[in-house]
Amino acid sequence: MNWSWTFFFEYLTNGFMLRGAWTTVWLSVISMTIGLGLGVVAAMMKMYGNAAVRYVAEFYIWLFRGTPVLIQLIIIYTGLPQIGIRLNVVESAILGLALNEGAYLAEIIRAGIMSVDKGQNDAARAVGMTWRERMYLVILPQATRTIIPPLGNQFNGMLKTTSLASVISMEELMRNAQMLAQINFRVLEVYSVAAIWYLLLVSIWGLIQQRIEAHYEKPFGPAAAISPEAAKELKKAMQRAGATEK
Amino acid sequence: MTQDTTSPINRTTLRPAKALGEPIVLIDSVQKSFGDNHVLRDVSMTIRQGEVVVICGRSGSGKSTLLRCIDQLETIDGGTIRAAGHLMGFREHNGKRVPLRDAEVARQQRDLGMVFQNFNLFPHVSVLENIMMAPVRILKRPRAEVKAEARELLARVGLPEKEHAYPRQLSGGQQQRVAIARALAMKPQVMLFDEPTSALDPEMISEVLDVMVDLSHQGMTMIVVTHEMGFARAAADRVVLMHGGEIVEEAPPEEFFTNPKSEHTKLFLSKILSH
Repeated sequence: MNWSWTFFFEYLTNGFMLRGAWTTVWLSVISMTIGLGLGVVAAMMKMYGNAAVRYVAEFYIWLFRGTPVLIQLIIIYTGLPQIGIRLNVVESAILGLALNEGAYLAEIIRAGIMSVDKGQNDAARAVGMTWRERMYLVILPQATRTIIPPLGNQFNGMLKTTSLASVISMEELMRNAQMLAQINFRVLEVYSVAAIWYLLLVSIWGLIQQRIEAHYEKPFGPAAAISPEAAKELKKAMQRAGATEK
Repeated sequence: MTQDTTSPINRTTLRPAKALGEPIVLIDSVQKSFGDNHVLRDVSMTIRQGEVVVICGRSGSGKSTLLRCIDQLETIDGGTIRAAGHLMGFREHNGKRVPLRDAEVARQQRDLGMVFQNFNLFPHVSVLENIMMAPVRILKRPRAEVKAEARELLARVGLPEKEHAYPRQLSGGQQQRVAIARALAMKPQVMLFDEPTSALDPEMISEVLDVMVDLSHQGMTMIVVTHEMGFARAAADRVVLMHGGEIVEEAPPEEFFTNPKSEHTKLFLSKILSH
């Protein structure tokens, strides 16, 4: 057996790995944010656009869902310079990840919008809201509730998908782990530490997601017609029955 | 609401005579089809300021569609609707009619209030925000001023303590009263009610009708699609029966109930009043 705790702990506290993890975080957040914007636009185009607009949106979704992210990243960074479009590593990584994410989010957002009751649109129109106001004030806030859980899932995936950007030499967690592995050849130790970092990031995100979901569920939660005392009793009874709090 | 059907005249004659104003809703030869289904066949009707008109009829008679056409939730295929000074859904340009863009239709809709069968409150915001949303976010009126008005409206519909509740936490009757307050917050010139009590449990119907009767006493112009004949007797100036997309009877309530002319009305009344 050739496992070195020394190397393991050295990597665990290594500033280079930490910087990689931080890069993974901001790369994910930026790509997800841009992807969300693209997804909203694509969903709107697909749902409310004329035939040509719809076709453009559908082509985008089809193209980016139908090809591996890895190929998309390589084409953007390594392929596009051949036709004169030169993007640096960070730009390429963000563009590739965001375009890919947007295609997936478009479908999620579309489903979320469709889940909002038709009567809501009627009510919003009846008080004199324009299409934009209806979307912004009434439809999207309600669609958000349906969208958040799958969106959180997508962000969980994004945290890990960013590792593919290592192939275009984006210095995130995966790439930095590779570089350290090439110095000391402590492959098992360094990638174990990288895996632990990913687990940590994903777990932290899980906690944040719970908070966000609770926030958007609040208006829809169980009718608070029961008193706080009754709620406490109910909780106790559920605990006695062995149910876990959720 | 049907227990005092034997004395409709007593109820209506007790009401003080009301002075009606200028015509405020003018419906002229309106046509509407959904595919092959011809829902409104040449419907014409004039409603005066301060008037309360009850529209009844079997389901599928076109009464709800007429209401939705007045508020431009449906586009009409023929005829004209003028309401609150607007030619609904169109503008006249060199003698021709041009359909309005979304934002222009929205501006017209602000002058009409609508109450739906299923309340359609915005579930993601509190009761107070439901009422304040349109005046604050659309009319850009000062929040503090609108808030004071919204509280007044909540008191008026009998729910002053519910401002922070979410719609889910209210009963159907309470939700419908909030929906009325939400519509009133835009200071509409006409209020449209699309079967406002049909989705309610029986014990909650009167709390909503009370608010509506109150509103009629304050001089609001109201078009009400309902089967609540008690309300018609208590508040309506005119009762209209629709059948097959046409208006087949149109009369003051006492005449409508005691001396109907159309066979459709007689049949309708016998069905609705027999139990």
